[in-house]
Amino acid sequence: MKTIAIIGAGPAGIEAASILAAKEETEILLFEKSASTLDNLRDKAFLFPDFSAADDLVEILEAKLNRDNIKLLSGKEVKSVTEQDGGWQLQDAEGTSYTADAVLMTTGYKVFDAHRKEELGYGIYPGVITSIDMEKKIKEGKVLNAVGDTPKKIVFLQCVGSRDEKSGNHYCSKVCCVTAVKQAIELRKLLPEVETYIFYMDLRMWGGGFEEMYRESQEKYGVRYVRGRISEAASTYDGKIQIKSEDTLVGLPLKMSADLLVLMVGMEPSEGTKMLTRQCNCADSYGFATTMNPHLRDNETAQPGLFVAGSCKRPMSLNDTLTDARSAVVKIAEYLR
Amino acid sequence: MSEIPKRFWNEYQKEIADDHYFYERSCIRQTFFPGSEAAFLKIMREELGKDIKDEANQHTCTGIGYHSDVVPIETTMTVVARLFSLMTEDGYENYVPSCVTSFGVFTEMVEMWKHDPALLEQARKYLREATGREFELPKNIAHPSDIIFKFRNELKPKMKYQLVNRFTGKPLRAVEHVGCHYAKIFPEKGVGKSEFPHVLSGMIEAWGGEVIDYPERRHCCGFGFRQYLVQENRGYSVANSKKKFESMEPYEPDFILTNCPGCGMFLDKWQYTIAELEHKTYDKDGYGIPVLTYEELTGLLLGYDPWVLGLQLHQVQCETLLNKIGIAYNPDEKYKGVSGKVLSMPDKPTVLKV
Repeated sequence: MKTIAIIGAGPAGIEAASILAAKEETEILLFEKSASTLDNLRDKAFLFPDFSAADDLVEILEAKLNRDNIKLLSGKEVKSVTEQDGGWQLQDAEGTSYTADAVLMTTGYKVFDAHRKEELGYGIYPGVITSIDMEKKIKEGKVLNAVGDTPKKIVFLQCVGSRDEKSGNHYCSKVCCVTAVKQAIELRKLLPEVETYIFYMDLRMWGGGFEEMYRESQEKYGVRYVRGRISEAASTYDGKIQIKSEDTLVGLPLKMSADLLVLMVGMEPSEGTKMLTRQCNCADSYGFATTMNPHLRDNETAQPGLFVAGSCKRPMSLNDTLTDARSAVVKIAEYLR
Repeated sequence: MSEIPKRFWNEYQKEIADDHYFYERSCIRQTFFPGSEAAFLKIMREELGKDIKDEANQHTCTGIGYHSDVVPIETTMTVVARLFSLMTEDGYENYVPSCVTSFGVFTEMVEMWKHDPALLEQARKYLREATGREFELPKNIAHPSDIIFKFRNELKPKMKYQLVNRFTGKPLRAVEHVGCHYAKIFPEKGVGKSEFPHVLSGMIEAWGGEVIDYPERRHCCGFGFRQYLVQENRGYSVANSKKKFESMEPYEPDFILTNCPGCGMFLDKWQYTIAELEHKTYDKDGYGIPVLTYEELTGLLLGYDPWVLGLQLHQVQCETLLNKIGIAYNPDEKYKGVSGKVLSMPDKPTVLKV
């Protein structure tokens, strides 16, 4: 019998657990510090690029846990991971110890705290929300402005907490560009009269179908794009949000008022990711996990038997996360062979 | 108007020395606000019992020349070094420059020397060669508004008045404008940092007033050096101030509070200019919005005579505000000098009421 400890019951953890558990004589200990699994995914309404319902994927992933040899340990936060006699010992917050033959870290990301960008007014002005807040509103099918009216103009701002010297995050969070395109389309479907603007530095439509979505957002849904960062947001007398920017394509300053300003918040390593990567000497300068080689050994750490997958390594889309989890499974199987 | 939840101003606190200050006056503030620096010294000594040195041999910091590229950095370094040498010779370690641009210059030089000690040695050499003087770096640099902010709660019980409209019983509504060189160069050197500096809003709130958060709160006051130094560019300066006035107008501010010489000066004087040009004032009754320095405001609330504070030398006259607060004043004394004789009466503006 081989025991594999997986830390984090998000998409990567569940996907890896379900495949590893298919092998006989294998037991999976799936740790999740929250009471529920897939917390980040449950906030989503629809997924890019196919606009499938996030709830459907949650249901499918949850069903994958229905195996006797997967032991889901909800509410158990792993506090330490140490190598011991060729195997691994884990300890949770209550001090309970567990042993495993291999460990897979799928501790994931946390959303950038937009309060840190004070100049954008999150937490100060009710008309400033994050992409996570907007996703919840879309999921409820009810999008209102700060004074309870149907919004007429909604502005999205890309790269909040990503590619940003001030917040210290120089990396691209990778999913925000296409998420804004997706949300703008969803808003136009929900509120056909609403004007949507997306302020960007670059639009990185790297994934399959993304560029087509971007094109369709303009041609079919009339989403407008402005190349420029927003320097500040302020509340107007009537509760709208005034933004200042520069349209860098025309080289002119720009000021407009909107009902809602949506901050496309980036990804940062979760607290669990930061703690465990530091503890296991595999943290990069941000706290994401580093691997042996970005091409051929991207699920292995310097410690044999300790593997990583998903957005604990770097910002990653959902489909890349699932693919990466499967890739980690291959490496774990090789290691335990 | 929508109900906006209570704002949280950044609680970031900088280090501000407790006592024993070396005060450096501004080259322009005594012209614009002739009573402010004297009021600050009085508040420090008589209200707070602090030791503060007003050195007779002080001089400009070069700030305006430095920022307009007419004074080379070597000169600025040497001038700053000389001022520090005066502080050192007088036995002080806590430097308090009256002007926000001076505050920016001193902070910048010290930071620059910290990062490049060779430049510090160069400044020491230049000063030695030019004057034979030596200097120590200050242990603390604070703007006087930092110090009033630090002691705002100690001052409150001494105050005769609060920022409350005596006719309505409601808090007076204030626009605050913090000078660019206070926190925009080094955010961590300003109370509340640069996005929501708390130095003036903290005073207003502590003394019973309400701070107006209006859309153009962070916009330039019109004192941008490129805009006002060249006379032909001053239209930009007026345009900036106008943008701010238009933005704050719906909130009906009772007064504007500043901590920078230029902000206070232009936000005051351009109200006259705009009134003359466009027959427009930004209050309901045509008197304009009074603009105060933080020393003038503190002095007024402590019960100092408005005419000793120099408020009659502002463009927008302050009586509307004095009446709202209930501050006693004698209109007959307004233009009298210390001899008791009326010095002269200013001409009345065409539009702005006085």
